Amino acid sequence: MNENATPNDAGFALTDFALDGAKVDFKTAISDRVSELRAGDLGSLPAILAIAVLVTIFGLVNPSSFLTLLNFANFLEQASGVIVIAMAVSFTLLLGEIDLAAGFTAGVSAAVLATRLQEWPLVPSVLLAATVAVILGTFTGYMVAKVGIPSFVVTLANVLLFQGILLLLVRDGGSVRISDPLVKGLVGGTLSPILSWLVSLVGLALYAYVMIRKQRNSHGAIPRSVAAIKVGAAAVALIVVTTMLNTNRAFGRAPEPIQGLPTVVPIIAIILFLLNVLLTRTKYGRHLYAVGGNPEAARRAGINVASLRLSAFAICGLLAGIGGAFLASRVNSVDPNTGANDTLLLAVGAAVIGGTSLFGGQGRMLNAVLGGFVLALIPNGLTLIGKQVLPLWGEIDFGSSGIKFICAGAALLIASSVDALSRSQGQVR
Amino acid sequence: MSQTPLLEVSKVNKRFGPVHVLHDVDLKMYPGTVTALIGDNGAGKSTLVKSIAGIHPIDSGTITFDGEAVTIDNPKDASALGIEVVYQDLALCENLDIVQNLFLGRELTERGLLDEKTMEQRTRETLASLSVRTIKSVRQRVSSLSGGQRQTVAIAKAVLWDSKVVILDEPTAALGVAQTEQVNKLVRRLAEKGIAVGLISHNMNDVIAVSDRVAVMYLGRMAADIEVTETTSNEQLVELITSGRSGDVGIQEEVNQ
Ligand SMILES: Nc1ncnc2c1ncn2[C@@H]1O[C@H](COP(=O)(O)OP(=O)(O)O)[C@@H](O)[C@H]1O
Ligand SMILES: [Mg+2]
Repeated sequence: MNENATPNDAGFALTDFALDGAKVDFKTAISDRVSELRAGDLGSLPAILAIAVLVTIFGLVNPSSFLTLLNFANFLEQASGVIVIAMAVSFTLLLGEIDLAAGFTAGVSAAVLATRLQEWPLVPSVLLAATVAVILGTFTGYMVAKVGIPSFVVTLANVLLFQGILLLLVRDGGSVRISDPLVKGLVGGTLSPILSWLVSLVGLALYAYVMIRKQRNSHGAIPRSVAAIKVGAAAVALIVVTTMLNTNRAFGRAPEPIQGLPTVVPIIAIILFLLNVLLTRTKYGRHLYAVGGNPEAARRAGINVASLRLSAFAICGLLAGIGGAFLASRVNSVDPNTGANDTLLLAVGAAVIGGTSLFGGQGRMLNAVLGGFVLALIPNGLTLIGKQVLPLWGEIDFGSSGIKFICAGAALLIASSVDALSRSQGQVR
Repeated sequence: MSQTPLLEVSKVNKRFGPVHVLHDVDLKMYPGTVTALIGDNGAGKSTLVKSIAGIHPIDSGTITFDGEAVTIDNPKDASALGIEVVYQDLALCENLDIVQNLFLGRELTERGLLDEKTMEQRTRETLASLSVRTIKSVRQRVSSLSGGQRQTVAIAKAVLWDSKVVILDEPTAALGVAQTEQVNKLVRRLAEKGIAVGLISHNMNDVIAVSDRVAVMYLGRMAADIEVTETTSNEQLVELITSGRSGDVGIQEEVNQ
């Protein structure tokens, strides 16, 4: 505490906000980040490390099938549904709530889409499916925000409720095929190589623009070198990935080449961008974080906490519905298992593994993508390892559901431990 | 103190169900003046403040602001008049930074998107106008701030909007000696800016050092509303708090709860 502070003390500008005016150089930026990490603010670092470790392990164990272009594209498509549902769940996690039924919201919405497509044209079918998803989300939001039931309980009930609706829509043991080419192509379709280049260059330009703008507005808090390195890394990554995916990845004698960016990649990028703008650049997003951090403070600041909660669940519903379309498009059909089983846990897990807090107020949409990659890598790599004979143990099938569940569950536990521990560390300060 | 009060409540009553918490309470607050509000636990200080802030609208009585009768039914009415309360629990979002907390609920936007640059600028100006020297960056998260710094941020939040009345509920209760001193200076600075400052406190030394007037509440009644002079003593205030009277000042008749 500065005891010499007096009213109208001249010269305060020299000592105040010393960090704000000061130019931060590259070294300081790195050491600042390191001390943030020490303070428990791990962000998405654990997820990035996990991706690196998993790719290395699977790549070493099984290079001939894991490290192929076909598997890379396949992996992106496998991850897409869970990623979008994880984004949906993130909206509730940011509030400190949870939606345990998001997977079934996805399933119901997908079932509406698939059954309507049997008779209706594309646009009204999609609109109805989206509306149903929003209605389910709004219903949950109403029960939580207006009736006042804990979201855990409401959405636990919804698991049965929505599963029942799904069963009624597709009939027990039934399956509804999807033949609309656009819906089928959502996951599984590819952009032509030229379009792929166009899309990734536009994406790169947009990213560079956002970074440069951020750097300019930071008054030196973000050094130019850091911004340049980020843009440079993104450029290299995009060029490498686009080049790889533009190479024919079809098996030996396939009649037609498979090449180009999987359609899901730009779609997820667009969703990610829009949600990022919503969360970080609008009042709505700011209020969402505020309610997640301290609802009482938000209420006193004049924020309508109940409507905000309700709307977040509605957005969660809509995003889950989009995720449902992804899930359905991957297998070109909807059945009672669409969005069921482990979908929800994978989605919550993806958000948390990516660094979104279960306690509210902390997290980014990118976390859902990174965590989704981790959780899609595990079954992808394990399936490719398949049956092995281990010394002392005997034969073991790494591709079995048992092993996959255990690994995904362990990853989720580790991620939430990191969340809980870094949170308590943050409070000690 | 010959001016007219900026905020005047008179004959205010407030009940919570069967509990009659405020009995015909009067209070005057003047611009550029620190008015301390003291009283034992449960005397009704917080309830009075929450009535003024629109959190617990009054049952009967009048509130006059700047010479005009006003109704304050919710917190929005209060902030529209320029009345801000800094509560004991501060109500800051620890997961947000200083700028985000200061502008919470009243964010500045440009074409629908947050105008971070202007908000940052105005945060610095506000903190500088309060001669706050201990905050390194306005982009620091509140979770990383000390108790005194948090109090400062909460006060700055009240000042940011050109508030005319700022009421602080026990701002130094949780602070050490040095930080208390800092906040006391801040309270004086608010008054120097022409704000009518209300200060709830249990520390009589702070009250005598910082305030111009003292209003004493006793069992839901306003026992005394006096000027602080050289002769105002610690003992006198304590007597007023504990028995509602001190000599010929205070409530003379018997009071039943
Ligand atoms: N929301 C409420 N509901 C019922 N009684 C209340 C409520 N708020 C305060 N009270 C009662 O009003 C009286 C005055 O409380 P309060 O204003 O908090 O006193 P102080 O701030 O002076 O300690 C106490 O007896 C308290 O129990
Ligand atoms: Mg109180």
